[in-house]
Amino acid sequence: MSRRHPFLLLVLARMRELMREPEVVFWVFIFPILLAVGLGIAFRNKPPDEIVVGVVDTAGSGPILAALTPAGGFAVEAVSAPEAAKRLRLGKVSLVVVPGARYEYRYDPTRPDSVLARQKVHDALQRAAGRADPIEVTETLITEPGARYIDFLIPGLLGMNIMSGGMWGVGFLLVDMRTRKLLKRLIATPMRRSDFLGAIMTSRILLVLAEMVLLLVFGRVIFHLVIQGSLWTITLLAILGAFVFAGLGLLVASRTARIETASGLMNLVMLPMFVFSGIFFSSDRFPAAVRPFVKALPLTALNDALRAAILEGADLPSQIGRILVMLAWGVLAFVVALRIFRWN
Amino acid sequence: MDIAIRCRDLRKVYDGKPPVEAVRGLDLEVRSGECFGLLGPNGAGKTTTVEILEGILDPTGGEVEVLGLRWSGDHAGLRERIGVSLQETRLSEKLTVEETLELFGSFYRKGRPAAAVMEEVGLTEKRRAWVMKLSGGQRQRLAVACALVGDPDLLFLDEPTTGLDPQSRRSLWDIIRDLRRRGRTTLLTTHYMDEAERLCDRVAVVDHGKVIALGTPAELIASLRGEHVVEFAVNGDAGAGAGAPGDSGGGSIAGAPAATPAPLDPQSLLGVSSVKSARAESGSILLTVDEPHVAIPALLERLGREGHSLSRLTTRHASLEDVFVALTGRHLRDE
Ligand SMILES: Nc1ncnc2c1ncn2[C@@H]1O[C@H](COP(=O)(O)OP(=O)(O)OP(=O)(O)O)[C@@H](O)[C@H]1O
Ligand SMILES: [Mg+2]
Repeated sequence: MSRRHPFLLLVLARMRELMREPEVVFWVFIFPILLAVGLGIAFRNKPPDEIVVGVVDTAGSGPILAALTPAGGFAVEAVSAPEAAKRLRLGKVSLVVVPGARYEYRYDPTRPDSVLARQKVHDALQRAAGRADPIEVTETLITEPGARYIDFLIPGLLGMNIMSGGMWGVGFLLVDMRTRKLLKRLIATPMRRSDFLGAIMTSRILLVLAEMVLLLVFGRVIFHLVIQGSLWTITLLAILGAFVFAGLGLLVASRTARIETASGLMNLVMLPMFVFSGIFFSSDRFPAAVRPFVKALPLTALNDALRAAILEGADLPSQIGRILVMLAWGVLAFVVALRIFRWN
Repeated sequence: MDIAIRCRDLRKVYDGKPPVEAVRGLDLEVRSGECFGLLGPNGAGKTTTVEILEGILDPTGGEVEVLGLRWSGDHAGLRERIGVSLQETRLSEKLTVEETLELFGSFYRKGRPAAAVMEEVGLTEKRRAWVMKLSGGQRQRLAVACALVGDPDLLFLDEPTTGLDPQSRRSLWDIIRDLRRRGRTTLLTTHYMDEAERLCDRVAVVDHGKVIALGTPAELIASLRGEHVVEFAVNGDAGAGAGAPGDSGGGSIAGAPAATPAPLDPQSLLGVSSVKSARAESGSILLTVDEPHVAIPALLERLGREGHSLSRLTTRHASLEDVFVALTGRHLRDE
């Protein structure tokens, strides 16, 4: 009877177990797509809405109403002074114009729409009163794919999934096998431990590649994501990420005997990266003082590298710094984890 | 005669506060081809001993030789030749019976086909069922199958039949007997006396991390000096209020001296012919006797003379349970 190699059967067993687990299928494949759809729609780029302006209805409002035409992008409401104040407070109008010898603009300078409205209204009123702009300009409008929020988001979602998949798929799995005494049972056979760990790594990488293809194809088809970099570069980065977070998962699991302790530890490791590593917004928003720490996190390196490859077409050599950060984390995690790992 | 397992002065202390001395100087010799039973109450150190012999736990002290080899020596070679079923392993829930056995079989150089092992343990109909859908007994049989799939020379089974119904237990016994017929050695642990008596060639009784008795089941029972147990109870003996004033029933003869006999002291029965030992236990008195047909008439005569009336009397063959109680004063399973 021809026998298959234990490594292959271990990979096969792992993949079967994963695919037979509805929760895994949801978190790995469906959840990131739902997130992309939800956030992609909520933050889709769109032309600015019309500017809603309140004009206090007193003598002298006539020229103002005439100047702020719908064609200029304005929606004007002529209302009483108290009503105008109320509408401004509630955010129903961006700006209130009070007619008089001097026009008065009332608005909140911390509201971006109000600042924009003040600019536009001021220009329109000045031009209507005869201001001439001395410089001629032409405007060429370009909407660049690659600069939209969804373009920023998709590489981040891929990085996030590589992290949580690695931590749960390796760390949680091993602790669970330990509490079930399955680890102990396996080492009572002649199974090679390297086959076992190698199979877990391999199944992680296969899963990461499936996720990557899914997210990129989805982004391409639904959101017209333009993938600038080579697929090889992106694939290698994803595999490197899978390696790093499998190592961290292994480290968390190396001595933990209880599931609760393991999930606590994993959340402790992952939470800072969820916040700081630029999944949903750029990590450059943090103050310069903490940025070196943020950049040293493995997920920041992975997200930045994936973004540079997918959105800007960066190749591997140009990202050597980020690759080294990831390698350092991965190698360190594996070396320590294998040294202290408890099989029984 | 070949020795399959030999250990000398085995010790294991689990670290902790306070440290637990689970095994305290245990000696054992299991012969090739026999079915050997480790019998003992909860916490006696059976699992600890077995896991050390299986090479998955390091002893604190002592020497272990399995199939003539040491774990520190030919580790990989030894693994190929033993099969293990741990107390409580939960195998992967979402793999089928067949997938599980193929996986375990692939670890062994001379692994057996999954189909043959499934046939042997009676799981062929369940081959495509996920482990999570198996009953407790079927899971237990799968655990044993995983131990058999490497075609081991030496099999370790830690409480293989705990929690099984009588029929499943018997079918597991058949598997183990079949192995012995094929010259394989089995070391099993159990709480069940009848299991040890029927299945094992020899038994070691373990208590507090030590072997306190060793031999064939028949030898151990014979060591009781009395292979039969007579168990009886007498009326009013346990009830302290039986002789209280004014409590005399209408039928009894008021003032008769025999109405309130002195409580029965088990030790006083040692003089009755053929009685070898006596002890009181939850309202009854248990005697071990050589010849019930001599002991019982003598006992009845004695009870009648002292004014006790018998409320219950049974006899049975002595069992390993009685051996254990005789050795420790405790029962194997304190329910
Ligand atoms: N990992 C451990 N850490 C600390 N103490 C332990 C550990 N495992 C077992 N013990 C203790 O060692 C003693 C022997 O345990 P062991 O499991 O060997 O008993 P056992 O004879 O198999 O009992 P059972 O019949 O209940 O399975 C017990 O007192 C137990 O509490
Ligand atoms: Mg035990």
